[in-house]
Amino acid sequence: MTPIIEFKDVTKTFGKSRVLNHLNLAIPRGRINFIIGKSGEGKSVTIKHIMGLLKPDSGQIFVDGEDITKYDIDQLREYRKNFGMLFQNAALFDSISVGENVLFPLAEHKRQKMSVMLDRVEEVLTQVGLPNMQHKYPAELSTGQRKRVGLARALVTKPRVILYDEPTTGMDPLVSEMIDQLIVQLSREEKDLTSIVISHDLKAALATGENLMFLYKGKLALHGSAADFKTSSDLVVRQFFSGKVEGPMEFL
Amino acid sequence: MTEITRIQIQLLPVRVLETFGSSLISTGRGFYAFGKYFLETVRWCFKPPYRWSLVFAQMEFIGNQSLVVLIGGAFAIGAVFGLQIGSVFRVFQAESMLGAITTKALCEEMAPFVTTVLITGRAGAAMTAEIATMRVNEQIDAMEAMAVDPISYLVMPRFIAGMFVMPLLCAVCIFVGVIGSYSVGNLLFDIDEGTFVAKIAQLVEPKDLWRGISKAFAFSTLVTTVCCHFGLTASGGARGVGEATTKAVVSSLLATLFVDVIMTYFQVMW
Repeated sequence: MTPIIEFKDVTKTFGKSRVLNHLNLAIPRGRINFIIGKSGEGKSVTIKHIMGLLKPDSGQIFVDGEDITKYDIDQLREYRKNFGMLFQNAALFDSISVGENVLFPLAEHKRQKMSVMLDRVEEVLTQVGLPNMQHKYPAELSTGQRKRVGLARALVTKPRVILYDEPTTGMDPLVSEMIDQLIVQLSREEKDLTSIVISHDLKAALATGENLMFLYKGKLALHGSAADFKTSSDLVVRQFFSGKVEGPMEFL
Repeated sequence: MTEITRIQIQLLPVRVLETFGSSLISTGRGFYAFGKYFLETVRWCFKPPYRWSLVFAQMEFIGNQSLVVLIGGAFAIGAVFGLQIGSVFRVFQAESMLGAITTKALCEEMAPFVTTVLITGRAGAAMTAEIATMRVNEQIDAMEAMAVDPISYLVMPRFIAGMFVMPLLCAVCIFVGVIGSYSVGNLLFDIDEGTFVAKIAQLVEPKDLWRGISKAFAFSTLVTTVCCHFGLTASGGARGVGEATTKAVVSSLLATLFVDVIMTYFQVMW
């Protein structure tokens, strides 16, 4: 299958720290992809590159066969309309209500009647388990609720690719399970939908991920199915999955 | 003297040159980045979506919500200036000129600058703090991820609102300042309103008013763009927000003074 997103020899440095080190990876279309790795290995930086929020120091990023590193700002804006993104801390606009937050990308890009858009807002809020919450403000919500509103905002435009940056961090097990099920359900409903999840939640990655990518020292250390990871003999991967401090993995 | 110390002393001019050079380069880069951002802001003023509701909301924030502070400040400035001018002119028995001099000074210099100082302190600082908080909380990244340009959504409405509102506030400042000056002239220097108004009509010309209004217009573009720029480029959590706000206020006022000198030169000498 042709990958929807492909990184070719991508390098990114912040100050003296090289976060992505000649990274090569291919993300297949229409599947649930998990990017895993310990903190500081460049997982969030990777998805920010996919969104065009960061430009690599060197290398190319192909999306649907086009090199997005060559895009100008107007092309990038058009390109981003195909994506939905759930940020690590939800990144809701705290000066507007939940309903307005979810409505925001719809109102900006879809030329529809307000009543249709408001119905869609309520539909996605119900989908994430937060019906009748439109009039609340982000400050009135718990961390988990904020994240679910962020997810509703990512879903509302029916994007082709959804990026989840730590979707279940800070949530209780029940809500985490609900979000994981939602990711799977969305993927089943929309056959062409590509999900890219960044997570530390190994249980969720092994249970729901169809394609897993493990980043270590800014490179792709292993990729494959959950079964490939469970049977991997790579010592770093085994240490990461066992959660032990002792081992070959370097901690900065 | 050791060999190392001797080499260090010999290298001192090189180090000074290196420090000077690198700060010159970073300043140049900063100005280039600001110039690019300024042009981008102007470009968004002529490009849809126009976001009129946000422009009106900002006009209300910059204008309406600043009015009480401005009226109080303008009255005090007019009164203080009236007191100073009156006490000096009394020596030459020329107190009757108090209104004319105060009005001319208010029109040409005091009102646009005082308006800018008050708006920078009240609205400009708030703009920087709000945008910087959005930046450090990834809200601006989220906006970009939703294919919305932060300059179009956050800067352009403030820029346009400032251009409309600051000249109006400047006019209010002149009017209230003149009332402050008249109050002092009438109560402390026994200047009647006929003399006060007649001297103003004799000395102050419409071009003086336009000079002040045009300055307020120019200063507004500086204040809004500088304050929003520092907000957009903030980093480093709560401390970063504080630093960005301080830098925004200081830079706005310095830039305003610098542009003031240039505009005054052209207005007076040409």
